[in-house]
Amino acid sequence: MIEVDALSKRFVVRRGRFRRERHMVEAVKEISFRVEPGELLGYLGPNGAGKSTTIKMLTGILVPSGGNVRVAGLEPSRRRIELARRIGAMFGQRVQLWWDLPLVDSFELLRHVYKVPADRHRERLARLRSVLDLDTFLQTPVRQLSLGQRIRGELAASMLHGPELLFLDEPTIGLDVVAKQRVRDFLLEINRQDGVTVMLTTHDLGDIERLCERLLVIDRGSLIWDGGIPELKERFGGERTLVVDLEEPLAPLSIAGAVVERVDGPRQWLRFRGPASDLTARVVGSARVVDLQIQEPDIEEIVRRIYAHE
Amino acid sequence: MVEPLLLWRRLIGAQIRSQLQYRLSMTLDFVGSGLISFVDFLAVLVIFHNVPRLDTWGVREVAFLYALSSISFALTDMLIGHLDLFPQLIRTGNFDVLLVRPRSTLLQVFGSDFAVRRLAKAVQGAAVLVYALSALDLHWTVWRAVVLLASVPVGCVIFGSVWVVGACIAFWTTDGGEFTNAFTYGGNFMAQYPIDIYSAWLRRFLAYVVPLAFVCYFPALYVLGKPDPLGLPRFLELSSPAVAAVAALVAGLVWRFAVRHYRSAGG
Repeated sequence: MIEVDALSKRFVVRRGRFRRERHMVEAVKEISFRVEPGELLGYLGPNGAGKSTTIKMLTGILVPSGGNVRVAGLEPSRRRIELARRIGAMFGQRVQLWWDLPLVDSFELLRHVYKVPADRHRERLARLRSVLDLDTFLQTPVRQLSLGQRIRGELAASMLHGPELLFLDEPTIGLDVVAKQRVRDFLLEINRQDGVTVMLTTHDLGDIERLCERLLVIDRGSLIWDGGIPELKERFGGERTLVVDLEEPLAPLSIAGAVVERVDGPRQWLRFRGPASDLTARVVGSARVVDLQIQEPDIEEIVRRIYAHE
Repeated sequence: MVEPLLLWRRLIGAQIRSQLQYRLSMTLDFVGSGLISFVDFLAVLVIFHNVPRLDTWGVREVAFLYALSSISFALTDMLIGHLDLFPQLIRTGNFDVLLVRPRSTLLQVFGSDFAVRRLAKAVQGAAVLVYALSALDLHWTVWRAVVLLASVPVGCVIFGSVWVVGACIAFWTTDGGEFTNAFTYGGNFMAQYPIDIYSAWLRRFLAYVVPLAFVCYFPALYVLGKPDPLGLPRFLELSSPAVAAVAALVAGLVWRFAVRHYRSAGG
């Protein structure tokens, strides 16, 4: 569905107030990956890492500086119009709907923009209305919608022409818990039921954990991870934490194979690698312990470590 | 060929419905626009209050030029004047949205607004035209009538092409609205007077670079049956449609080239 080969994007940036110097910024550096039909893929990276730039090259918005891209078998920037019929795109921070018109009018306009036959449009809209629960605000002008309602409207708008592939750039940004859940349910539904391939960029790790089987991580323009979440945890989250509750506050314990990360009264956090049994025995042997607990690193922690280049 | 026009009409219809949500604002805009254009023509009258002729041109002939240019310009302004705000679309990155739709970006940009209020200016231009035609003692032939009628759409195409090329600057500068205004609004102002009153370099610029002399100067010479004070070849008087076609083609090519240099915005 997507084939990316040594894809790069360079921007020329001018700096300085009077003597303007030209700088070359490499937003994306020779990344390569493939996405199969039906995948639900997360694309993660800190701000400015090159996420959006990649998505824009995949959708034909930006022309790559180097490398090859094929999306649905087409070269996006050259066959933009053909590709646009087959993909959907939603940018959480851009408005694609007509601001002053009722939501349903935007859908009708998009029907003509995409040349969708009336009966097929009616079918799809009926389905989207029930899945996204749009009925209560279908007649409301877009400017009066809450953010959660508007995002649901935008999602419907990007699916109305029945795309095979959906790109989402931060779809849940700024949404409350309930609204986020709705968006996630919707994405799972179209992925599982309709087989739509979904690629989403997000900062929300909840999105990633609940939705994605596979994760791409980009940092400073380079792809630093391509694989499943369990493998990611193993690779970057090899260290676990043993939380020890002592009978009384003590100086940081000195135990072979562990590093005390934090002390809070009688509680200490020890970071370690390898099996927990030996370490636990050593801890119990060296101090009077009330309770022990092992913490696995969560994805949030792993991503923080990746971003911090630990 | 017809289908894009239907889509354009639909998009425009949506814009007009949007504007009707703000009815009072729309009415005030319309009235304001009409008043401003009335004052605008006063400027021409003030000039002729002080001098009897501009070169070989009398007040009625200049009124005719003024009217032709104003009508074409006002209609163009109504249809695509929102290109003035195009740099914003580029700067905010909202142009992205147009690029992921399976339609020509230019068609979508044209369809993104429609300024009904600018019709007021065209109405004023038409009024001046009626005055000029009734005051001038013209010898009508079929061809003169055809040239007169054609000169409005032809003028719109020329103005429109200048506007589109001007908007393209934003792809590189992400701004540059004022620079473009010099050619659009400034161009209209210059086209309202006979080009032979300008210095030679400006005249050549208007005739051959930004072809605004073809909006009304050359067609007006033909309709008025007036010998060209500059003594330029007579065929120029009938070449406006060809010039408009070339201008539109150039504008289309420049636009296509420019879109490939779009850099979007972060986010």
